[in-house]
Amino acid sequence: MKSKQNSRILLYIIGIFTSFLFISPFYILIVNAFKTKRELFGSTLTLPKEWMLDNFKVALHKLSFLWVGKSFSIEGVFGSALFNSMFITITSTILIIIFSSMAAWILVRTKSRMSTIVFYMFIAAMLVPFQAVMLPLVAFMGRLGLQNRFGIIFMYLGFGSSFSIFLYHGFIKSIPVSLEEAARIDGCGPWKVFWKIIFPTLKPIHVTVSILNTIWIWNDFLLPQLMINKKGTQTIPLKMYLFFGGYSKQWHLAMAGLLIAVIPIIIFYFFAQKHIIEGVTAGSEK
Amino acid sequence: MNYNKKTFCLFAGPIIIAFLMVLVIPLLIGVYYSFTEWNGRMDQVPNFIGLSNYIAIIKDEGFRNAFIFTAKFTVVSVIVINAIGFSLALLVTKKLKISNFMRTIFFMPNLIGGLILGFIWQFIFMGVFQTIGEITGWTFFQGWLADANTGFWGLVIIMVWQMSGYLMVIYIAALQNIPKSLLEAADIDGANGWAKTRHIIFPMVAPAFTISMFLTLANSFKLFDQNLSLTNGGPGGSTEMLALNIYKTAYTFTNYGAAQAKAVVFFLLVASITMVQVYINKKKEVEM
Repeated sequence: MKSKQNSRILLYIIGIFTSFLFISPFYILIVNAFKTKRELFGSTLTLPKEWMLDNFKVALHKLSFLWVGKSFSIEGVFGSALFNSMFITITSTILIIIFSSMAAWILVRTKSRMSTIVFYMFIAAMLVPFQAVMLPLVAFMGRLGLQNRFGIIFMYLGFGSSFSIFLYHGFIKSIPVSLEEAARIDGCGPWKVFWKIIFPTLKPIHVTVSILNTIWIWNDFLLPQLMINKKGTQTIPLKMYLFFGGYSKQWHLAMAGLLIAVIPIIIFYFFAQKHIIEGVTAGSEK
Repeated sequence: MNYNKKTFCLFAGPIIIAFLMVLVIPLLIGVYYSFTEWNGRMDQVPNFIGLSNYIAIIKDEGFRNAFIFTAKFTVVSVIVINAIGFSLALLVTKKLKISNFMRTIFFMPNLIGGLILGFIWQFIFMGVFQTIGEITGWTFFQGWLADANTGFWGLVIIMVWQMSGYLMVIYIAALQNIPKSLLEAADIDGANGWAKTRHIIFPMVAPAFTISMFLTLANSFKLFDQNLSLTNGGPGGSTEMLALNIYKTAYTFTNYGAAQAKAVVFFLLVASITMVQVYINKKKEVEM
């Protein structure tokens, strides 16, 4: 019994030490975001003598985080990094949920050569890295005039389709057809059958699909960099890239900016943690 | 039960259009452009030059070095991330009082985007490590990211920090699916810890291992954001990976035809590596 207790104590020590290692970057980020330049230069490890908020004022302004320009304005809000990130992420995710669940359902319920080919095309596309299509995509979308916030939402729909259809497809296969047949006998068309019966039963997959797509789109840097890198349409990662490039030797400002950039997704994590971990698990088990 | 063509198009049509326009068409045009002297735009038909771009790749030292660096990085990070991810899963499933807290902490870095993550760690390696080095006097902590070697390990460290929590979640699910009765039966038969691990736990988590391998392999080989923000390929291109090399060939050196040929090679590499990996792992799963 004694050795068992000892091994548990050892596990606690390992656990606390590893947690400390994993958490330390957040500690570094927080304490240095509140320091003056001189104090940060003195030591990067200690707590700040005075918790300065000045860095955040500069960072919020330079990132156009909440609004564009010196003073608050409604138009300024619609061009801010936070608005652009939220607008693009939420709209894209909703469209991905709607259109990939629709497509997955009809692909499962239609037994034809066409539907098999389409399904395997979506699956095969998961092997295509973004760099393989990047350059022609930029030229093509530029030609079509889609290098804007609406265009990028359309692109996320295309890039998110494969994996999302794959997840829905797997789930829908397990739903018995009898439910739909009964509704059809009662005179429901396919549109009504899908929205009244199928869509609500897909709830667990909606959660998985929305979480995986939200994390990906929210953090995506390269596609926005190539498509919407203009004042007023930039997302948080884009603004952060520009900000960091300009202030890399002013670590106190850079840290404040990075802390601001990280806060929204951390808040999201604490509210949806259970769903996020379940979603990741479900997404990987398919 | 079948639906007619009209219904099929109504339901699947919108996403097929998006899919064709952002993936299939650019991929096909891209393959064509890789055989031309392309200027990066679609305003004119570019000159067809056959295999010249591909022949140039063979002579391109930057691309070769990027390939070697990427391959090394992928091998090391796949092993390290899986080992640590699996260990974290074992640790968290030991029913300690701090298990839930640890799970939250270990997974958290995964939500931070690669670009921002790279910037945070740039400061840690260059600023904080410097401070630690000055306090302790250990040269180990000095000059991080100033050469290829520390740049390499810097990238491995940030990928471990970011991805091992994700793998932990996958391995936890697999560990929890092992029937308790199986382990109890092994206990009665007098199996020791290693025997249980080798003959019960490993075979039972093999499917999770296939997925984790796939995820880490693909993510490491295709790494871009972290590479850009942590080292930007420097110093002197010594930590440049394939994706960044393609990006720079196009946007820094405006050599679009060559960049597109590299992109096609990159696609073939990614597709074949991931297919081979899944095939081998699936085969191993059965054998175990």
